[in-house]
Amino acid sequence: MSTPVLSVRDLTVDFATRRGPVHVLDGVSFDVGAGEIMGIIGESGSGKSVTAYAVMGILEHAARIRSGEILFEGQDVLKMTRRRRDAWRGRDASIIFQNPRTALNPIRSVGAQIADVISRHAPAPAAEIRARTLEALRQVRIPDPERRLRAYPFELSGGLCQRIGIAIALACRPRLLIADEPTTGLDVTTQAVIMDLIRSLARERGLSVVLITHDLALASEYCDRLAIMHAGHVVEIAPTAELIARPHHPYAAKLLRSVPSLVDELSQLQAIEGSLPDLRRTDLPPCRFAERCERRTAACDAGRLRLEPVAGQPSRLLACRNPL
Amino acid sequence: MTALLETRGLTRHFAMPRPSPFAPHQFLHAVDDVDLTIAAGEAVGLVGESGCGKSTLSRIVSRLLDPTGGELLLEGRRISDMPAARFARSAERRKIQMVFQDPTESLNPRFTVFNLIADPLRMLDPPSSAAELRRRVEEAATAVNLPLALLDRLPHQLSGGQKARVGIARALVVEPRLLVLDEPTSALDVSVQATVLQLLDRLRRERGIALLFVSHDLNVVRLLCSRIVVMYLGQIVESGPAQDVYAAPAHPYTRALISAIPTLRADRGERIKLEGDPQSPVSPPPHRCRFAGRCPIEQPLCTRTAPELRELDEGRRARCHFAGE
Repeated sequence: MSTPVLSVRDLTVDFATRRGPVHVLDGVSFDVGAGEIMGIIGESGSGKSVTAYAVMGILEHAARIRSGEILFEGQDVLKMTRRRRDAWRGRDASIIFQNPRTALNPIRSVGAQIADVISRHAPAPAAEIRARTLEALRQVRIPDPERRLRAYPFELSGGLCQRIGIAIALACRPRLLIADEPTTGLDVTTQAVIMDLIRSLARERGLSVVLITHDLALASEYCDRLAIMHAGHVVEIAPTAELIARPHHPYAAKLLRSVPSLVDELSQLQAIEGSLPDLRRTDLPPCRFAERCERRTAACDAGRLRLEPVAGQPSRLLACRNPL
Repeated sequence: MTALLETRGLTRHFAMPRPSPFAPHQFLHAVDDVDLTIAAGEAVGLVGESGCGKSTLSRIVSRLLDPTGGELLLEGRRISDMPAARFARSAERRKIQMVFQDPTESLNPRFTVFNLIADPLRMLDPPSSAAELRRRVEEAATAVNLPLALLDRLPHQLSGGQKARVGIARALVVEPRLLVLDEPTSALDVSVQATVLQLLDRLRRERGIALLFVSHDLNVVRLLCSRIVVMYLGQIVESGPAQDVYAAPAHPYTRALISAIPTLRADRGERIKLEGDPQSPVSPPPHRCRFAGRCPIEQPLCTRTAPELRELDEGRRARCHFAGE
């Protein structure tokens, strides 16, 4: 296999709080190949956004990367100088955020905001920047781009704002796009249009995409592979169809049974008992799902648990001692 | 049988600011001529895109907002003549209760869970003694599976699912006949959403509380509600039994809405894409279908004559010239 575009190895992140460190990510590892759409799925608090922010280098000050590597095309971005990383972000790798309206600057026109990114990463004469800004708008299929160039975010609908967000992210033709809940808060009809756009851009340009979402149904339609996160651990990675058809990790299985689109009766819908463990604890079991799991045995508490290939299924990775 | 709640031609227009005193008056048609009936113990799902007027309708139905036209009947009695401010102090207030969208923002952060639940009771149905108050608060908490140990906590000490249950408990404590729920699960994780939906269904079955469930998630509505009402730009465009509407939507907008929902099922059909944004709800042309311009099956007729909401089958209505063909 060729070198993955993004390879996260054993990423461990703590947040410093007044009551001691919170172990937000613990040994997170995954790869994203060229042109691949990888979904990272988890409940709120599972660490999926922290993973995205760590990759982009935009974690808040309280966060400490304890260990691990983030390899972009084989190069560890954590070892880059601040200057190089600033140049890398936005040019080689970009992110789109959850709420498109708050992610944009409210007092500058959208054209100026797209032009900012282009002039920061690829300075050029004003006329050329304008042409490239228009091209960026056309690419995300915004009707009447000349007029939209002068619009302010409040004049645009949520769906259009998110397209501007995508236009900004893709203006410098990055190879990696991280989409952090890009359609939460948008209508389902708009969601479909935005997701189709992200997918077609990925296919056209061989762009690698990390789609972060809590919506398993959405991820299953658009992603090639899924990584399931729980309490700062990646518990299972598998090709989408295989994971949906046959989850190995008990948490993944439970998550699937809580999705409304899969059942016909309300009574078939199952909630997941318990809640995420307190990540400040120092006595967390090796498997952070163990305390919510019916399949827990003594083996689950013995020694460090790693994400390992499943015997006979090299495309699947799993961190569980009592898989389904 | 009298319906629990009935609206006849319910309308809410908002006057738009005018650029000059000589400019013509313009009105935003948030809710236009809505007839809606909810029977006792029935769960009705109200779906549509943001801006379609579903939240405005739910606020009128719960009497937080006055309609500009039409009438609203509760158990056969007109309650729309009374201004919202006076209704808030009337004896009818407790019969219609609301559960709001974001459980974090709709709970007073300085109130304990006990006081959050006791507050509506003190206002609307003051118990005779402190012991009686405690008994009823604890009863409401138990009904929503909220551990009594949490009653002394503050909202920030609760999880999202617990906060959602507090929101339901404080609506429930005054023994309403109708719960109006505005996207009560949209801020929750799927794993928690399941519990809240099952809780609502149990309350409906055991206590005969009717539910008006406002949501954009048709998958959730399909599971909880027996009837679906679809709104587009202030109007009802389709209504009918949930399973029928879901299985064979009659209005092109409903078809697009259903096909846009992501699903894990392998047997999903072709996705109908809706390009563009809805037309403006400000002074919509009266002779034109409001879905025209985005509609995949639009004909010249659609921009000349606005379709009426007409009956297709028993209990099944759609606002489209070509529905049922």
